[in-house]
Amino acid sequence: MPEVKKPLLEVKSLTTSFRTDRGLVRAVDNVSFTIDHGQILGIVGESGSGKSMTSQSILRLIGSRKSEQVNGEVLFEGQDLLKLQERQMQKIRGKEISLIAQDPMTSLNPVYTVGNQIAEVPMIHEGFSKKNAWSKAIEMIKRVGIPSAEVRAAQYPHEFSGGMRQRGVIAMALAGNPKLLIADEPTTALDVTIQSQILELILDLRNETGAGIMLITHDLGVVAEICDQVAVMYAGKIVEKASVAELFSNPKHPYTQGLLASLPKLGDKTRLTPIPGQPPNLHHLSSGCAFADRCPFVMDKCRSVQPALKKEQTEHQVACHLVNEEGGDENQ
Amino acid sequence: MKDTWKRFKQNRFAFVGFLFIALILVVALFAKWIVPYDPYFMDSSSPLTSPNGQHWFGTDQFGRDIFSRILYGTQISLKVGLIAVGFSLFFGTIIGIVAGYFGGKIDQVLSRITDVLFAFPDILLALVIMAILGPSLTNLMIAIGIVYTPIFARIARGAVLSIRDSLYIEAARSMGVNSFQIMLRHILPNSLAPLIVQVTLSFAFAILAEAALSFLGLGVSPDTPSWGIMLSEAKDWMEISWWTAIFPGVAITLAVLSFNIMGDGLRDALDPRLKNER
Amino acid sequence: MFTYILRRLLIAIPVLFGISVLAFFMVRLVPGDTVTAMLGTNYNEAQAEILRQKYGLDQSIIVQYGLWIMNVVKGDLGISSLTNEPVFDILLTRLPITLELSFISILFALLIAIPLGTIAALKRNTPVDYGASFFGMFGISVPNFWLGTLMILYLSLHLSWLPSSGFVPLSDGVWANIKTMIMPGIALGTSVGAVTMRMTRSSMLEVLGEEYMKMAKAKGVTNSRLIWKHGLRNALVPVVTVLGIQAGYLLGGSIIIEQIFSLPGIGQLALQAISNRDYSLLQGTILFIASAFVLINLAVDIIYALINPKIRYS
Repeated sequence: MPEVKKPLLEVKSLTTSFRTDRGLVRAVDNVSFTIDHGQILGIVGESGSGKSMTSQSILRLIGSRKSEQVNGEVLFEGQDLLKLQERQMQKIRGKEISLIAQDPMTSLNPVYTVGNQIAEVPMIHEGFSKKNAWSKAIEMIKRVGIPSAEVRAAQYPHEFSGGMRQRGVIAMALAGNPKLLIADEPTTALDVTIQSQILELILDLRNETGAGIMLITHDLGVVAEICDQVAVMYAGKIVEKASVAELFSNPKHPYTQGLLASLPKLGDKTRLTPIPGQPPNLHHLSSGCAFADRCPFVMDKCRSVQPALKKEQTEHQVACHLVNEEGGDENQ
Repeated sequence: MKDTWKRFKQNRFAFVGFLFIALILVVALFAKWIVPYDPYFMDSSSPLTSPNGQHWFGTDQFGRDIFSRILYGTQISLKVGLIAVGFSLFFGTIIGIVAGYFGGKIDQVLSRITDVLFAFPDILLALVIMAILGPSLTNLMIAIGIVYTPIFARIARGAVLSIRDSLYIEAARSMGVNSFQIMLRHILPNSLAPLIVQVTLSFAFAILAEAALSFLGLGVSPDTPSWGIMLSEAKDWMEISWWTAIFPGVAITLAVLSFNIMGDGLRDALDPRLKNER
Repeated sequence: MFTYILRRLLIAIPVLFGISVLAFFMVRLVPGDTVTAMLGTNYNEAQAEILRQKYGLDQSIIVQYGLWIMNVVKGDLGISSLTNEPVFDILLTRLPITLELSFISILFALLIAIPLGTIAALKRNTPVDYGASFFGMFGISVPNFWLGTLMILYLSLHLSWLPSSGFVPLSDGVWANIKTMIMPGIALGTSVGAVTMRMTRSSMLEVLGEEYMKMAKAKGVTNSRLIWKHGLRNALVPVVTVLGIQAGYLLGGSIIIEQIFSLPGIGQLALQAISNRDYSLLQGTILFIASAFVLINLAVDIIYALINPKIRYS
């Protein structure tokens, strides 16, 4: 890839905080990453790790209320989305960047037909007439692999099965030909066979359109299947970032190692080892590493000093005192 | 229970309602000693005096002190509320629990009767019952009581249905506890929360209904210091004496408002899930 | 959809039957004798007997009900003993006034309730929301007859803007008619508006938290389209059912409001029937009002099904 070309999305030091009754919570803490055209970045973490908050901060679905604050930079093709007016942002959403949400059962409006909801995208973004928008909706429904599209378009969401609805949501997300697709746990609510169909569909669409994709998931299996790059989040921070091959063959952060160890392997009869302990409460974070309480290799330093995300090797970054110190020694 | 009280107190709006109800209660209990004038005394020398230092709320067409009559009016309103709501609560709960617990034919019949009663507007039903029973305070309370019985029956029935087949009722049944005891010991306490809320809200309805029926001249006897009667009489005089029409209405509104906001506050306190949606 | 309507109709029929039984027997329990009331000072036993035979009052009460209900089904509600006109005709001449009053009340209620409820939900926990909540509480607490009295006091007696009472038929001029209907409409509509506003607010709050609202925003729809197209359409589904229940309140409230403003509608008719011990008229009026309530709610259920796709197709 030529160096001069700007990345599709460059997130720099994104920090999202909420004011709550019990104090300030940093749901996303100093997160940085980039996504190139045609690239799929997986963001992995447990629920509450801030991965969904990251995607919603990028689309500025949060940040409009007084109690919410989003800082940092979200450079989309070089333009900082956080600095845009709400009106300009409305032109980005659905047209340049689309969202596929987690639960297809609730992400479609129950009182409008699926076709109507897909058609709305070209109508608001490209000024399509009702009639043209409707044919576009049917075209999109065909494209995501729903049979008898004309009939389906005129049906309401509750007449669709879960997998069909998620296809409908994807059709809606793609109707504006976005350059970036944010898929927030797109398969979590679906059963396994449907899951792989949906992932395949997303892969196909990437190959066709060359869109960049940010895939949020708690499932490392999904990451292995379709992602190029992966970032692991824990308690609002990215703790490790690498290419998929690198991360799976050479996980550095104890949390990543734990995640991988709890992943079932083909033919392996030994019991899975889950990570002991609970994810930390964001209200009571210590000054040190958030993973310290659950980490098998915890050191004194971990409890007082926060480890920074450092470049361990090219394209492999880790935030861990254990790894960073060793790495530092090697480099000297 | 402690949590409920704590949540209720935190809701300042509802707490003010509660305090105001307490005030009404105190006034009703001690009206005899705190009224500045005898509410029935007709001072023919000063009819329709506008509000002044002696008569804070002015006097009516017979020279009776409106402030004193309003204070006495708390007794009528509370009495009607207590007895009418007590009536509906007692009979409604029994009907509802029986219907819900036994189900089948009994439930069908009782539920249909409830549906039929619901089809009659409150005021119309109360009017017809009053016409049957004849005008008097007791009959008024019975009429209002009958009108609101179906609401309690429906709530109690719903509460029973939601727990009838739960494990602990089954356990009690299998241990040979009889139906009556099960209803009294297990089912009734579990229906309490929605019933308490409905009692508070029905108090507000009952006060309004008494005022409305008295206003139409079908309630209590005309010399009674009832807020509804006072408003009804004021119609003929308000052209020259606005105060006769203002103060009784304010009294009704404040009393009803207090019970309504307390009922709302209680509902939120008893069922925090409703309040904390999202 | 068809089976849904059919099912609702089948539920309504026994209720309507129950209403007729209750209307008939309740009225018969009212003490006082129509015949005595009709004859007044000219009462004599022979005259009374003739009248009893004429109105079928000499037969057993069950037979009387049977005869009555058979006639009711044919559209014959009997003859008013007071005016000697068919009850059905009296009801028909009174109906338009009550309908107009209800229409104005609901219109007033909706014009306030839906925008206010929506805005209150959007501006949750701000002064606007508290103001709306207060209006909601006040509206359900203030007696409609006092509100009517206050308006007469201020708008008629003090400012002389509107006539304090009396009815001008639409045929005598639209504006003159509306002038007589504004105050009663507002007096009756305030509490309906308050209840509907509270329902709209809580329903809208629920909708605002829904995932599909986030998705619609992520599609790039403007804020106003998000609220008024995606949000309100969903929020109104439960609001419609509340309106059906409010119809009962309107019918009951019209009894008092029509009395205060001297509007010759159904509500006033009910009061007249009670005070004159006019059996047939009272039975007919009660039956009419209660049946209207059941039928309105039937209609509301059908509308509910129409705007709620989940029911429409199941």
